[in-house]
Amino acid sequence: MKILVPISKVPDTTSKIAFTDNNTKFSTDNVQFIMNPTDEWYALTRALELKEKIGGEVVAINVGLAENEQIIRKALAIGADSAVRVDLDPTDAYQVAVEIAEHAKSGGYDIIITGKETIDYNSYEVGGMIAEALGWNAVALVSKLEVEGTKALATRDIEGGTETLEVHLPVVICATKDLAAARIPNMKGIMSARTKPLAVVAPSGAAKLTSIASYTLPEKEKQVKMISPDNVGELVRLLHEEAKVI
Amino acid sequence: MSVLSLIEVSEGKIKKASYEAAYYASKVAESLGTDAVAVVLGTSSSDELSNLGNYGIKKVLHANDARFDTFDSRAHTKAIADAANASGAAVVVLSFGPNGKLLGPRLSVRLKAGYVPGANELPAFTGNDLHVTRNVFSGKAKASYLTSTEKKIIAVSPNSLSPVKVAGTATVEAFASSVTDADFTTVTKSVDKVVGQVPLTEADIVVSAGRGLKGPENWGMIEELARDLGAATACSRPVSDVDWRPHHEHVGQTGITIKPNLYIAIGISGAIQHLAGVNQSKVIVVINTDPEAPFFKAADYGIVGDAFQVVPALIAEVKKFKSAVH
Ligand SMILES: Cc1cc2nc3c(=O)[nH]c(=O)nc-3n(C[C@H](O)[C@H](O)[C@H](O)COP(=O)(O)OP(=O)(O)OC[C@H]3O[C@@H](n4cnc5c(N)ncnc54)[C@H](O)[C@@H]3O)c2cc1C
Repeated sequence: MKILVPISKVPDTTSKIAFTDNNTKFSTDNVQFIMNPTDEWYALTRALELKEKIGGEVVAINVGLAENEQIIRKALAIGADSAVRVDLDPTDAYQVAVEIAEHAKSGGYDIIITGKETIDYNSYEVGGMIAEALGWNAVALVSKLEVEGTKALATRDIEGGTETLEVHLPVVICATKDLAAARIPNMKGIMSARTKPLAVVAPSGAAKLTSIASYTLPEKEKQVKMISPDNVGELVRLLHEEAKVI
Repeated sequence: MSVLSLIEVSEGKIKKASYEAAYYASKVAESLGTDAVAVVLGTSSSDELSNLGNYGIKKVLHANDARFDTFDSRAHTKAIADAANASGAAVVVLSFGPNGKLLGPRLSVRLKAGYVPGANELPAFTGNDLHVTRNVFSGKAKASYLTSTEKKIIAVSPNSLSPVKVAGTATVEAFASSVTDADFTTVTKSVDKVVGQVPLTEADIVVSAGRGLKGPENWGMIEELARDLGAATACSRPVSDVDWRPHHEHVGQTGITIKPNLYIAIGISGAIQHLAGVNQSKVIVVINTDPEAPFFKAADYGIVGDAFQVVPALIAEVKKFKSAVH
């Protein structure tokens, strides 16, 4: 079983969100970058659990510049066997997906597991795009994944519940919470990560399909209207007459 | 030229979020001076589908084919791309739901079309450029997306706009796509729906509680308030971590993201990781004993008070209100 796990680098949730260059660029001043939580906690960890159960190999891949090697080494410390970095500073999800698909085409993979969305752009794009570029089936919002022979059983979120689908390998799986129990890298992992293979490859150079013209921040903090705990009826009245939500 | 919207059906019925996609498509068609067309994959009836006329759809392409009743993202993508080509679609609109989150990106690659996931507003066009805004950084900022590809795809974030019904019926035509039996490789093994409750991701109103409630035995009043409001229940992460509440109720950065019309947070401090999952709600009410709780900064209405007094009083007032209006 050969599993590919795309990982991305995102600003930590507690980062201050600000923009520069006339609101066209995200300001990285004082921002701490981390591995995207769903990539780390669910996608990578489930890949490792499957490898431990049925044998095989887990490869982490990132599309980004050399500064991303810090999070790639973390994926290796958690347990990935090797890693690939495609040397490109991507400008949209399509470029990321095309590069990952290019690598996967000749990689002999059975499963690609992505996180459900990145916590910065929240866009749920890369997994579906990789699948289409490869012509593979895909299941998203997966909270349970089992592999039996050439088939996978994936439980995914649907409106108001879940459903379990049986699909053939190779397949792209986009993970959501509960797919695996997060792991913290231990000393041995951190030491061995330094010497595990990390290949740097040149990008294929696909053109982007979208761009972000500008960003805006909310104009002002919300103005909260306080209501006395002795006058709860006033809240009901405001929700009905002013906010019109009940 | 046309604007094509993907309308999803479940057990023959049009999904609620798809009505919004239909309406969004009709508005886009209006601004482009063309017609809104819908594509429907799977079992349904012409009676049900002609209702789409009330949302501005002129024509429905219906693949009334039970093989589509199982969601296979690859087969569905192929059929929708066929419909986009057949109808000369300049823009394809779908809902940013569980299926759309795979179909949008797949269609983007298949049609080489720029894709905007989770749009919150209607787009603006200048020449061949499409501009549309969506929330980024968990709702902490907005980004204006630009795409200039020949075809464009927009996934509409649920609850972004309120459809206004118009008079009209849509004509329903049979649609045959190029998919063959070999394209359907997914089998549904089981479906597990939450019954007797409003599903959290679709609820207009959500009543949520946190560690301030002290223990699982105190959730009776939360459930009662939710019942009275026709709301779903949610909780903070520590509450589901210790199994006071089921895991599927956990909202936030590591849980699910919701954007109801009304979110009532009771005994929740409002940590940034919690807010990441709920701060796109239209109206937020916070009930907390601590006037310094960070959640008040994100709230529209706040009550500083003890949940064990405020919630029972609120239940009584809601009951009074409901019996007065019904
Ligand atoms: C990486 C990471 C990811 C995380 N992801 C999530 C996530 O997805 N979702 C999430 O919720 N959290 C998440 N957390 C945890 C988060 O940081 C907070 O710890 C958590 O949200 C706090 O839950 P709480 O508000 O229920 O509890 P507390 O912070 O303990 O707050 C309890 C609140 O109840 C109030 N209170 C006490 N008694 C009463 C009373 N009688 N009546 C009214 N109010 C009362 C208190 O004043 C207090 O404000 C995450 C944390 C990390 C580090």
